[in-house]
Amino acid sequence: MSMKTVVIKYNAGNVRSVQFALERLGVEPLLTDDPVEILSADRIIFPGVGEASSAMAYLKQRGLDKTILEAKQPFLGICLGMQLMCAHSEENDTSCLGVFQEKVKRFVADGSVQKIPQIGWNTIHGLKSNLFKDVPENSHCYFVHSYCAQLGQHTIATADYCGLFSAALQTKNYYGVQFHPEKSARLGATIIENFLNIV
Amino acid sequence: MLTKRIIPCLDIKDGRTVKGTNFVDLRDAGDPVELAALYAEKGADELVFLDITATNEKRKTLAALVDRIAHRINIPFTVGGGISSVEDVRVLLDSGADKISVNTSAFKDPELINRLSAEFGSQCIVLAIDAKKGEDGEWYVYLNGGRLATEKKCLDWAIEAVQRGAGEILLTSMDHDGTKAGFAKEITGLVSRSVNVPVIASGGGGTPIHFYDILDRHADAALAASIFHFGEISIPELKAFLKQKGIPVR
Repeated sequence: MSMKTVVIKYNAGNVRSVQFALERLGVEPLLTDDPVEILSADRIIFPGVGEASSAMAYLKQRGLDKTILEAKQPFLGICLGMQLMCAHSEENDTSCLGVFQEKVKRFVADGSVQKIPQIGWNTIHGLKSNLFKDVPENSHCYFVHSYCAQLGQHTIATADYCGLFSAALQTKNYYGVQFHPEKSARLGATIIENFLNIV
Repeated sequence: MLTKRIIPCLDIKDGRTVKGTNFVDLRDAGDPVELAALYAEKGADELVFLDITATNEKRKTLAALVDRIAHRINIPFTVGGGISSVEDVRVLLDSGADKISVNTSAFKDPELINRLSAEFGSQCIVLAIDAKKGEDGEWYVYLNGGRLATEKKCLDWAIEAVQRGAGEILLTSMDHDGTKAGFAKEITGLVSRSVNVPVIASGGGGTPIHFYDILDRHADAALAASIFHFGEISIPELKAFLKQKGIPVR
């Protein structure tokens, strides 16, 4: 099956890793910020590493905020991409896209955890949704972040760092993962493959 | 639970791995990408590539190598060695590196850390420190691959670098490096307790118990080179040992 997969190009971070991870699965993604190209795709991936307010400003300036909300096809936000799909981020008090109602807050160091950002491999739990087909509970995924989405009605996976947070969210055709599946070894590849195989 | 990381380090010169390996299952033991892929497959949590090439062509060859690594490797990797400008870093991140490490250049121009973290975010800026214990019992920073002594205390430099935006500290004890007699627990633990970013211990790892000793309380990750290259410790065995000792590992 020939499937058109786009990776949304904007000013947030490095999309090469996502592109390469797709290529390892035999998918040649199109990297674009053109709303027509994006909305004509079979799959949309919205990656991101960076800062929320400047990323949101850039999306609005290009009209990509509306494009994202119009998507009907399976849509996957990764890391900052997922956070931008939430209602609001504490990072520079940013109003985000509101696909997910959950709010994004900064980690608050507690007795057990002093180091922020969280950098490294953490376990994911409470896995719901077809995104985690063949992914066992307590699997390890690679995280790098200082802000995290709270738990809420759209939570489909949790992880624990300074308390539980949403490791993944889903509503309708929209999926978001806080970790980096493109850097989470074989298991990450399985998650990306599951996303590509959603019917 | 966030796990402790095991990080093999590959020294690169002119695009090739410098120290040999005795892996029979590698098509080309000198090709860092082959070796990196093997480590990723065996369960390495991250990789560090340290470029020791000294030619003018360095930046171009390194960017090309990073591109090859990023195509093949599905775990995070850091690139270091002679990186001294925002432009150097941009090229390497655009080629697919997850993090870059700076050492001498950041010491000589500490503002570099501020510029890099403002431009790319702290999470991809690793400060590498080579340290050695002085006769007064204090640990001091060394530059140029350990050839040049400074009067800066290791702890002070680590704290300053984190304030300037370094997102991680890679601390190599020159006193322990190559000895296979264990990591530098004292200084690594001191730095780790004094900064709020992860600390990677480097230098001296020779047996699984050494990794346990440093990861139990003193460091968030441990890096080693030759013991992995020569198969003295396999990553799966090392992780099984750590797990059995109660250290969270992947």
